[in-house]
Amino acid sequence: MSERKNSERAKGFSLLKIVPSKSRGKLVTVLIPVVFFAVCALLVNLGVLRSHFAGLLVPLCYYIIMAVSLNFTVGILGELSLGHAGFMCIGAYVGGLFTLLTQDSITSAWIRFPIAILLGGLIAALAGFLIGVPILRLRGDYLAIVTLAFGEIVRNLVQNIYLSRDKAGLHFSFTNAIEPERLDPATNVDIMKGPMALNGISPDATLLISVILVVITIIVILNMVDSRAGRAIMSIRDNRIAAESTGINITKYKLIVFSLSAFFAGIAGVLFAHYSTVSPPKFDYNMSILILVFVVLGGVGNIRGSIIATAILYILPEVLRGFQSYRMLIYAIVLIVMMLLNNNERFNAWKKNTTERLTAWRKGLFRKKSGKEAE
Amino acid sequence: MKNVKKIVAMAMAAALCVVSLTACGGSSDASATFVIGGSGPLTGPAAVYGIAVKNGAQIAVDEINAAGGVNGMTLELNFQDDEHDAEKAVNAYNTVKDAGAKVFLGTVTSTPCEAVVEKTKVDNMFQLTPSGSSVKAVQYENAFRICFSDPGQGTAAAQYIGQDLGLKKVAIIWDNSDVYSNGIYEKFKAEAANAGLEIVSEQSFQGADNKDFNTQLIAVNEAAPDIVFLPIYYQAAALILQQANQAGFDLKFFGCDGLDGIIGQLEGDAALAEGVMLLTPFVADDPDEKVQSFVKTYQEKFNEVPNQFAADAYDGVYVIKAALEDAGVKDASVAVSELCDLLKASMVKITVEGVTGTMTWTADGECAKTPMGMVIKDGNYTAIAD
Repeated sequence: MSERKNSERAKGFSLLKIVPSKSRGKLVTVLIPVVFFAVCALLVNLGVLRSHFAGLLVPLCYYIIMAVSLNFTVGILGELSLGHAGFMCIGAYVGGLFTLLTQDSITSAWIRFPIAILLGGLIAALAGFLIGVPILRLRGDYLAIVTLAFGEIVRNLVQNIYLSRDKAGLHFSFTNAIEPERLDPATNVDIMKGPMALNGISPDATLLISVILVVITIIVILNMVDSRAGRAIMSIRDNRIAAESTGINITKYKLIVFSLSAFFAGIAGVLFAHYSTVSPPKFDYNMSILILVFVVLGGVGNIRGSIIATAILYILPEVLRGFQSYRMLIYAIVLIVMMLLNNNERFNAWKKNTTERLTAWRKGLFRKKSGKEAE
Repeated sequence: MKNVKKIVAMAMAAALCVVSLTACGGSSDASATFVIGGSGPLTGPAAVYGIAVKNGAQIAVDEINAAGGVNGMTLELNFQDDEHDAEKAVNAYNTVKDAGAKVFLGTVTSTPCEAVVEKTKVDNMFQLTPSGSSVKAVQYENAFRICFSDPGQGTAAAQYIGQDLGLKKVAIIWDNSDVYSNGIYEKFKAEAANAGLEIVSEQSFQGADNKDFNTQLIAVNEAAPDIVFLPIYYQAAALILQQANQAGFDLKFFGCDGLDGIIGQLEGDAALAEGVMLLTPFVADDPDEKVQSFVKTYQEKFNEVPNQFAADAYDGVYVIKAALEDAGVKDASVAVSELCDLLKASMVKITVEGVTGTMTWTADGECAKTPMGMVIKDGNYTAIAD
C-alpha cells in the first residue's frame, strides 16, 4: 500500500530489500508468526514435536489475534478496555451456534466455516459499535470500568439462554430452562443450556485457517495504523484536545477502533469455538486481563511485541509442566521479571547498545558479501 | 532494539522447544510399565479436588505395585495440572499421551472432562473419570465414571431428604452459572414432588466470585424451611454457613459431594459445620477394613483425612486393574485403541468392591452404587445413624 519512493532499494542480497524500506518492519512482523507456525507444523509432521505442542498452536493463533486487536484499542487509541473477552464470547457463540445449526445442511466446512467467521466477526463488531456509542464521553478509568461491566454483562446474558431444537423448530427461553411440555421428547436436541458448555461443534479450526486469520489481522491492523485514519487515531491518543481542534472527528474514529477491534476479537472467538469447548465461565474478566497482560508485557502500541509476548506467555506454562508444582510459581516470576526489565533504564540502555552493535555487524556482513559478488 | 527482541524471542522459543522435548524422554521399558495418565486442578480454586485425586490414585498405584503389579506389569501414574479449565485440560491430556499413557484417569471436574472426552473419543483412549459428574462428561462409549452423575445426585438427594429424613419443606440455594449445580438442581426439582417435598424458596447466585449471601439467606430464612439444600461447592457453602451464623439464623443444611472439604475451608470456625448433612458414597470413619486401611495410609502420607475425591481416584485405579485383569492384558505396549475396546467390554462385566461401595457399570458409562448420608459431628464426617 505504501507508494513512497524507494531510493535506497536493494543493493544487497536480502529478500527483505525487495520491499520498500518503510514496509520492511511490517513485513517482518507478518513473517514472524508465519515462519514460526510453518516451522512448528513441519516439526510436528516430522514427529519431532509431539501432540502436546501441536495442540498449542491453534490456541496460540486465537490468542495472538486477541492480543493484536486489543493492542489496537489500548496502544493505538490509548483507551484501556477490560471487556475484550466479551467480544470473544459473542464471536464464539454466534459462530458456534451458526455451525451447530447448519452443520447438517451445509456439509462442506470450506463454505460453512468462512461464513461462521464472518458472521461471528460482524456481530461482535456490531456489539463493539453499540458499546462504543454510549461510552464515547468516557475516558481512562471510567471507560475501563464500563468495558469491564460490558464483558461481564455479555457473559451473564449468554449464561442464561436456553435454546432447543425439535421437529417444530427452535425453542428459546431466558433465565429458566425450557418447560419440558413445550418440547417434543423424541426429536429434541438441547443446543444451549444455560451455563452448560456448547457441545458438538464441528472442529473446523485448522492450523492453516488460523494462521491465515492471524496474518489478515496483523496486515489489516498494521496498515490501519499507518493509514490516514491511523494517524488521526494516534493523534487522539496523544492529545485529544489538539486533535479535536484540528478538525478530527473523534466520535467517528473511536467507533472505528472499537468496531474493528471487536471484529477481530469475534473472529478469535469463532476459532476458539471450533477448536475448544465453549462455556460462559471461560469468558470472564480473567480472560480479558490475561489478554491485557499479553499486550502490556509485549509493549503497549507495539504489535510485534504483542505477538511475541503472547507466544512466550501462552507456551511457557505448558513447557514448564516438567517442573510439576513449581510451574505456576515460575510463570509468575517470569511475569514479574519481564515487567521489571521492560521498565529498567539500564536494561533498556543495554538493549539499545546491543542492537546498534548488531546492526553495525550485520551491515558489515552485507558489505563483505556484496564485495565478494563483485569479484 | 527490534532486532534484539527478535533474537531474544527466537532464543527463548528454542529453549522452550528443548525443554519440551527433554520433558518427553525418560520413560522406562515400554512392555513392562503401564502408564496411567490423568489430569485435574492442582492449582487454582478447585485445587483441593485435583490434589486429592492425585494423592488417592498414587496410593493405589503404590499398593498395586508393592503387591506385584497387574499381570506382571508395573503401574505408573502421570498426573498433570489442568487448572479446572477446558483448554488446559486438553493440553494436559496431550502431555500424558506423549508420555505414553494407555488409559486416562480424569478429569476431576466436569467442564474440562466434557472437553477431554471429545479428544479421547477421537483417539479411542479408555477414559475413567473419578469425579466428572455431568451427563456429557461420559457421553461416549470409551468413557466411564466412578462418581454419581449430577442428575443421579439430584434424584437421590430429593429421595433421601423426603423419605429417609422424612422432611417436608425445602429451600434451595444454587449457583446458576455452574454446570454441576445446575445438573443437580434441575433433577432435584423434578423429583421433589415425587418425594413429597415442598420447595418453599429457590435462591440462586452467580459464580464462585459471589461472596455475599445475605440476600439469599434472608429470603430462605423467611420461608422457614425444614432444611436448606445446597447443591454447590464447599467454598461458597462455607461462606453461607458463616453468614447464616452471623445473621443468627437457625437453619439446617444438606449438600451433595461438592460440600466435601467444607471442614477444612471453615478452619477456625469448624464448629459451624456441625450438623451439616451430605450425600456421598464415602465416609472416612466407615469401619470397613478396606476403608480404614486406605484412610490410614492417606493420613500417614499426606497428613489429612481423605475426602471423597481421593476415594474415587483410589477406586479408579483399582477399577482399571480389575478391567485389565478381566481383559487379560499382559503387555503394556498394546495399542491405545485396541486396549480401549478390550477394557470397554470388560467394564460392563466386572464388579469392584471399593472404598466407595460395590460398583458395577452399564455401557453408557454410569456407575451403580448406593449413596450414603453423612453428618458432620465433632469436626468429622460421620455416617447418619438410622
